[in-house]
Amino acid sequence: MTAEANTDRVIGLFERLPALVEANADLVKRGRFLTTDFALVVGATPLLVRVEAGRVTSVARGPFLLRPWTFSITAAPETWLKLLKPVPDPGTHDLMALSKVGLARIEGNLQPFMANLQVIKDIVTAPRALM
Amino acid sequence: MKSSQKATFEPISGRYAHLTLSGRPHRLYIEEAGSGIPLVCLHTAGADGRQFRHILNDATITRDYRVIVFDMPWHGKSLPPTGFETEEYQLTTASYTQMVLDVCDALELERPVVMGCSIGGRLVLNLAADHPERFRALIGLESAAHQQPWYDTEWLHRPDVHGGEVCAALVSGMMAPQSPAESRHETLWMYKCGGPGIFKGDLYFYRVDGDLREKIARIDTARCPLYMLTGEYDFSCTPEDTQRTAAQIKGADVTIMKELGHFPMSENPAQFRRYILPVLEKIKAAT
Repeated sequence: MTAEANTDRVIGLFERLPALVEANADLVKRGRFLTTDFALVVGATPLLVRVEAGRVTSVARGPFLLRPWTFSITAAPETWLKLLKPVPDPGTHDLMALSKVGLARIEGNLQPFMANLQVIKDIVTAPRALM
Repeated sequence: MKSSQKATFEPISGRYAHLTLSGRPHRLYIEEAGSGIPLVCLHTAGADGRQFRHILNDATITRDYRVIVFDMPWHGKSLPPTGFETEEYQLTTASYTQMVLDVCDALELERPVVMGCSIGGRLVLNLAADHPERFRALIGLESAAHQQPWYDTEWLHRPDVHGGEVCAALVSGMMAPQSPAESRHETLWMYKCGGPGIFKGDLYFYRVDGDLREKIARIDTARCPLYMLTGEYDFSCTPEDTQRTAAQIKGADVTIMKELGHFPMSENPAQFRRYILPVLEKIKAAT
């Protein structure tokens, strides 16, 4: 697959987050204290994910003109695909594992990220159900 | 109406021991099962001895081993010492090492085996370097002389982030995806139960005070055998971290465990058993 095709594939997966999260009542319940805008950056393309009381209410594809977000998670499309494998390989199986070795960058206001870490990790990896 | 249900009991006894550690009186919770070679198990940072319940309940192990698990002070059912409310908890190499030696002495254990995981895996390296004559064998799970940190421990103890939730969320990814959900969630529960700042205080030993890279070359496995077992999904203490450490220790016996992460004994007890039974068998055969 080309890098462009991988990017489109990952974006396509993340664009299905609203329905994937909605279908997971436990995740919505655990995320009920989280309302934020965060960016999932696929290569150079940002996706702005809006979360309202644990529900993903929109996923908008950038580029954006001066749109703010609270925090961002950036990785190459190939890295996102490794993370999203149904049974990921050692070392690419967790967001923090990717961050440790520089395959993902987590930036911005990290208080909401850390205060809701499991919920955010579960939202981000929800597309595993589609793989 | 009276229930006809009858309780079943596990063959584990739990007791509270009173002993002095680092010059202060402590009430320490200790569980044990079995008889034979003493096998002292050290839990991970920010958790407690419940991690070893499957080892304590394993009849194949307890037939030959007296398995002993204690909750470190400030952890599980062991209380912090009097006056703790004005202190910041901080585990150091010296206090942790002395604690394990003191517990072994207080229980009158004759050359026990010590098996420690994570911080416990680091600690056994220090025991191997400084006190090999005291132990029959040492087992380091997720063990390395040093590893690269991957988050700021300030997140673990602050009022705007729930300590239990963030500790559990951080370590959740250190387990293998193949580990049963039931066991993974039980492992995380112990992190959710930890006292405020305790995981952070344990990591002072792991991150700041306990760098053993200069020390491990002096480990002599002829005096005390050293076994190191690390799960392939452990990204905190990676297989490479363990292998790099073992490369400096002649005779260290290394196993990289498939489909396991940082908490082998609790995240997937059945899988861990496949790896730990042969090690315990070897130690018994050499006794």
